[in-house]
Amino acid sequence: MTLLWGFLWGVAAVATIAGGAILGVWWERKVSARIQMRYGPQQIGPFGSLQMIADVPKLLFKEDIVPALADKAIFKYAPLFVFGPVAVSMVVIPFTAGWAPLDTSVGVLFFLAVPSIEVIAILLSSWASHNTLSTLGGLRATAQMISYEVPRSLAVLAIVLLAGSLRPLDVVAAWRWWWMPLTFVAFVIYFIASIAEMNRGPFDIPEAESELVAGYFADYSGMRWASFMMAEYGAMIAASLFGAALFFGGGWPFGGALGVVVLVVKAVLIMTAIMWVKWTFPRLRQDQLMSFCWKVLTPLALVQLVVIGVVLAWL
Amino acid sequence: MSSTVDGIVFLALAFATIGGAVMMLATRNVVHAAFWLLEVMLATAGLYMLLSAEFLALVQVLVYAGSVAVLILFTIMLTLRRREDAIRDFEPGWGAGILAVLFGGALLFAVERFSAQMRPGVMPEVVPDVAAFGEKLFTSWAVPFEIASLVLLVALVGAVWWSGGDGQ
Repeated sequence: MTLLWGFLWGVAAVATIAGGAILGVWWERKVSARIQMRYGPQQIGPFGSLQMIADVPKLLFKEDIVPALADKAIFKYAPLFVFGPVAVSMVVIPFTAGWAPLDTSVGVLFFLAVPSIEVIAILLSSWASHNTLSTLGGLRATAQMISYEVPRSLAVLAIVLLAGSLRPLDVVAAWRWWWMPLTFVAFVIYFIASIAEMNRGPFDIPEAESELVAGYFADYSGMRWASFMMAEYGAMIAASLFGAALFFGGGWPFGGALGVVVLVVKAVLIMTAIMWVKWTFPRLRQDQLMSFCWKVLTPLALVQLVVIGVVLAWL
Repeated sequence: MSSTVDGIVFLALAFATIGGAVMMLATRNVVHAAFWLLEVMLATAGLYMLLSAEFLALVQVLVYAGSVAVLILFTIMLTLRRREDAIRDFEPGWGAGILAVLFGGALLFAVERFSAQMRPGVMPEVVPDVAAFGEKLFTSWAVPFEIASLVLLVALVGAVWWSGGDGQ
């Protein structure tokens, strides 16, 4: 029975991410167009909202090219493992007070640990392409994702420390409005580190078009390429939902179905901010990226933890 | 019903673990070997999950699949001078064979000799949660825990110093 539910949630998570990615791409094109003083897609459907319906079949019918020298087995199936962990990590998100698809006592750790499988899939797919630019992109992506896991986990730890539990539902239940100013620094660190984790601008050094063509997925086309795209948007959706749930109290101040709506609205705001950052800042350099992670974000996250510790003792 | 499902899942995971280990040894491509090692690690995490040891399973995923396997792949990719070098001939040496037979024999002997004294552990009625684990870790096991973190810190500082070069 549990297994059956597991499969059902898997299907639901994949459908959510696929739908979310379609909407997300449209929203991103609109947001980026506004930032660049354009209109963006506007021909198909109201405000161009059906543009992606036209784009998805195009992706599905594209030729699936496997390079002749590629490591066939890894090249073909690694994209699945890029996308899979992101979809799995969605199940622990507390969508409303007292309800998450998978209620587990280590949910926060689950959300941080499971996507780390994605790193190795990216590394393997980049290597399997038999392409120097891809491999370079893969190595960059790996270094970046492993490094930024540290400040990201430390930032989440601040909330866990306040709530005294690793269970996302407990965190949402314990959440108070004055946590927002208190953990603001932690949220900013989580926000920045999440952008770096999903390899988006200004941290898109692994896929820098101007030097590495498209980095680790340069040789992919059709649906295999789309699964990288969906993984990126899926990571964005998951990180936004999880951030909204942990740092902004989930559906607070509402519960039940209205709570889910509020959570989604908060997550969309965070997603829009992620896009805003991408279309505003220029791409960083590799050494800037690393020193920013280890010399700015990580110490700052530790200071935030100390502050929370002091506040907890004083409460 | 539930125990049947558990049994099927256990069989699948056990097959994945042992099969992955065999494949890791059998493949001639070192990158494939690293991939099979990753598969073994993930299947082991699944086995922990089946034992209701969720925390251990997640740490297994985070540390072994997320970091150790990446480290191994990094090392392989950075030390391969040509991509073709990834494929090696299967050349078992006599020494390795003798060592394997000796080790396997010792293991069999030990299992045979001491199996009467070993009793399977009893699963507790209620699985202790991660909070109980943390309490144990920071009270009765605080000193070993701190020593372990100190050792890791020393290794980390050493690695940074080592890779820093002469200029710094």
